[in-house]
Amino acid sequence: MRVKIFVRFKEGVLDPQGKAVERSLHALGYEEVGDVRVGKYIELEVAAPSRQAAEKRAREMCDKLLANPVIEDYRFEIE
Amino acid sequence: MRWGVIVFPGSCDDQDVYDCLKHVLKQPVEFLWHKDRLSRDIDCVVLPGGFSYGDYLRCGAMARFSPIMRGVVDFARRGGLVLGICNGFQILCEAGLLPGALTRNASLQFVCRQVHLRVEEIDTPFTCAAKKGQLLKLPVKHGEGCYYADPATLERLQKNRQILVRYVDGKGRPTAAANPNGSLENVAGVCNETRNVFGLMPHPEDACEKLLGSEDGAKIFSSIVAACGTRGKRAWVA
Repeated sequence: MRVKIFVRFKEGVLDPQGKAVERSLHALGYEEVGDVRVGKYIELEVAAPSRQAAEKRAREMCDKLLANPVIEDYRFEIE
Repeated sequence: MRWGVIVFPGSCDDQDVYDCLKHVLKQPVEFLWHKDRLSRDIDCVVLPGGFSYGDYLRCGAMARFSPIMRGVVDFARRGGLVLGICNGFQILCEAGLLPGALTRNASLQFVCRQVHLRVEEIDTPFTCAAKKGQLLKLPVKHGEGCYYADPATLERLQKNRQILVRYVDGKGRPTAAANPNGSLENVAGVCNETRNVFGLMPHPEDACEKLLGSEDGAKIFSSIVAACGTRGKRAWVA
């Protein structure tokens, strides 16, 4: 099964990359843009007997390695 | 006492720490390969600076799962002294041995310059040879040194006096201009609750010789030597 994982900074954690991108978008004339956050997108293939099993494994992977719970939140989709 | 300097794939200040300890401070020191077990006769383990595993995913995220880290965690739990410098600090945070995390510098720029640190606490094996409030001139060289901890953690750090060094200006004031990376509360280094694990972004190993512009880094290493001397071998438990 294909797992698509989205990792982003928690609220309150400084995201200077997001701020820089926001400034650039403003400079390009997209003045309506605000609150830009830059995150990470990870895709992986997991061999699992069921969707639930894949979810359980994916959650473990995120908690252990793919996201740092001190600064990041994650969510994933399974296809 | 014996020092061990861990070499991860991508470490690059391991040699600096080794040279500083062996040739400048005349300490018995050995390299520890990250795939090996932690030797039993080590008194202080140093996790050096660099870019372990290419800084992929997050700085220190993969190094914390290197085989030797299991031994480092056990060693720390038994009260062994662990010092993480720069990438080593990031690894200790990722491993959960230190609170908080280090994120991209607020400026988005790599910083490489001398900074002043103020020693905030001296009742630790890492700062006991310094005076409270003493200023140390050390270099920083990092792209991801912005210290973050959630408000509850930060409050606990203050209460337990775990913030050992802060970025300050030449007069000892923790100003925004003196903060090279946007760290919360100008935090440059923190210890764990039991005060036997310490991580900091600046590099004491690059400030132990006049030729390098400062000898203040020796205060950190001589504190550790003094702590091991007074507490006896491997006996430091706060």
